[in-house]
Amino acid sequence: MKSVMYKKKAPLILFLTPALLFLCIYLYYPFVMNIINSFSSITGLGTSSKGFNNPWYSNYLKLFTDPIMRTALKNTLLMTVFTIVFQVGMALFLALLIDNISKGVQFFRTVYFFPIVISATALGLLFNLIFLYDGGMLNQLLMKFGVEEFIDWKDQNHYLFTMSFPVMWQYVGFYFVIILTGLNNISPEIYESSEIDGANMFQRIRYISLPLLHNVLGTCLILSITGALKIFDLPWVMMGAGMPMDKSWLLGTYMYNQTFTMGDVDYGSTISIIIVVLGVVISKTANKLYKEKDY
Amino acid sequence: MFKRNVIGKNSIKIKRSNLSISKIFIYLFLSFWAITTIYPFVWVILNSFRYKGEIRSDSFSIPMGDSFTLDNYITAFERVNIFGAYKNSLIISITVTIVVLLLGGFAAYALARYQFRLRTIVHSLIIASMMFPVFSTIIPVFRMQFSWGIVNTSNLTLSQLSVILPQIAGNLSFAIIVLMGYIQSLPIDMEEAAYLEGYNQLQIYFRIVVPIIKPSFATVAIFTFLWSYNDLFTQMFFLRYRDTYTVTRLLNEIVSIAGINYGLMAAAVVLVVVPVLIVYIFLQKNIIKGMTAGAIKG
Repeated sequence: MKSVMYKKKAPLILFLTPALLFLCIYLYYPFVMNIINSFSSITGLGTSSKGFNNPWYSNYLKLFTDPIMRTALKNTLLMTVFTIVFQVGMALFLALLIDNISKGVQFFRTVYFFPIVISATALGLLFNLIFLYDGGMLNQLLMKFGVEEFIDWKDQNHYLFTMSFPVMWQYVGFYFVIILTGLNNISPEIYESSEIDGANMFQRIRYISLPLLHNVLGTCLILSITGALKIFDLPWVMMGAGMPMDKSWLLGTYMYNQTFTMGDVDYGSTISIIIVVLGVVISKTANKLYKEKDY
Repeated sequence: MFKRNVIGKNSIKIKRSNLSISKIFIYLFLSFWAITTIYPFVWVILNSFRYKGEIRSDSFSIPMGDSFTLDNYITAFERVNIFGAYKNSLIISITVTIVVLLLGGFAAYALARYQFRLRTIVHSLIIASMMFPVFSTIIPVFRMQFSWGIVNTSNLTLSQLSVILPQIAGNLSFAIIVLMGYIQSLPIDMEEAAYLEGYNQLQIYFRIVVPIIKPSFATVAIFTFLWSYNDLFTQMFFLRYRDTYTVTRLLNEIVSIAGINYGLMAAAVVLVVVPVLIVYIFLQKNIIKGMTAGAIKG
């Protein structure tokens, strides 16, 4: 029956073609063009290519000598580590805690998730007000505790915290919900039998919850790595062009700046290829290391 | 016998009180994180009703009496075209959502039901395209659209189109994969019965398949809408004229408009956060489900 009904080619083409056209024109063609662009010389977004660079890989050489690129790479890798440790770590901690209580679960879930639906641009402005040097929320709070001098949250000593905290803060709830769903899928009978065997809370977490969350945590790990490489909005709104003194660049913001402000379009393309390559390499490596880990 | 019973009771008692102390700590910590999540929003809402000069000296009290003012909102509506930005945002994000549901649903149906030679290849092409970050396609997309003459123009509709098209492509693969999973899990009997009744494939899709998988359409719609609404990067590339600005794009410019008028900034943040908050309160279960289903989107 299925063979008769779903064998006609005309409806199949009608159903599939529009979506495939979109993917080819807006994803596959640009993706390939982007690789070609990284070997070419393009000085403006709207101007045509001036042919290949000489030598054709010169943009890739520039990556190694560009000190800002090194900063951007360092910051992006730090952000990746921070998201794995603090975002997923905090989410796991909160989820394991909430697993012990029965009242108010829905409330905490709703509250923790809320920042994710707010645009990062609005959150960036909000955190700009919080971290403001002259009378921001934090400095006013410090003053109430008797600290005399204001802290410049965007100076060389604090920029990393100021830039990464809002990103961490926003997405804790996201991983929290994913991990909590994983915890709820663990059958209560396993917990009950462990209770009869006299396991305490820590033993229960160590020998039941964590091993059974292995796959869920693996998903979170990959998500946080790919997510960290794509961070753009919050740092862009808060730190702008690499404030202070070219120290806070990330690969995403640096790519935008090279393409738009500096007009070095082919170099921008090269940076975006580095983002793709890093994403594939880091998540493949992390996945492999994680899978080998034994409980 | 009697003695043992007493000991038993005591030990249970001790255990219970231990349990409640640890529970108090759990609630304390959970509430602490809840406060760090809620308080920044409460703080900015309170300060949006305060005179702009007072925010930097006394931002923790509740603005009442003399310190209460609506000035910041009046300035916001006078100096910033916030309603126009809302309109632009809604036009773009609603169009993106509708087209993604329509084309994604079609493709998902075809991939789930039809057997054809290239099926495996098409399927892996779609999966692979989810891995492309927007950074790696945006420059060629800009150049392509520039050559069509739809970017860098003051024409409102064309500017909106230049954001809508890439955003559709960015969400389509994800929508196809999610919807395909749902359609594959449906029994095929109903479709066969409809086919015997003389329905054609389009009728079967719209009258049988779509009504059954409505909840999954809602999931995809919520995810696509919020993603499109919040996506600053694409909007920064394509929206260059002030009357084409969306809410997100406008907020990014507000620093240059507001300068050091922190009251105006607070009011602008509130005007953007509060509508989303209201929608979130009503639809939170669906939104959380939609956003975490989007977890597989790379």
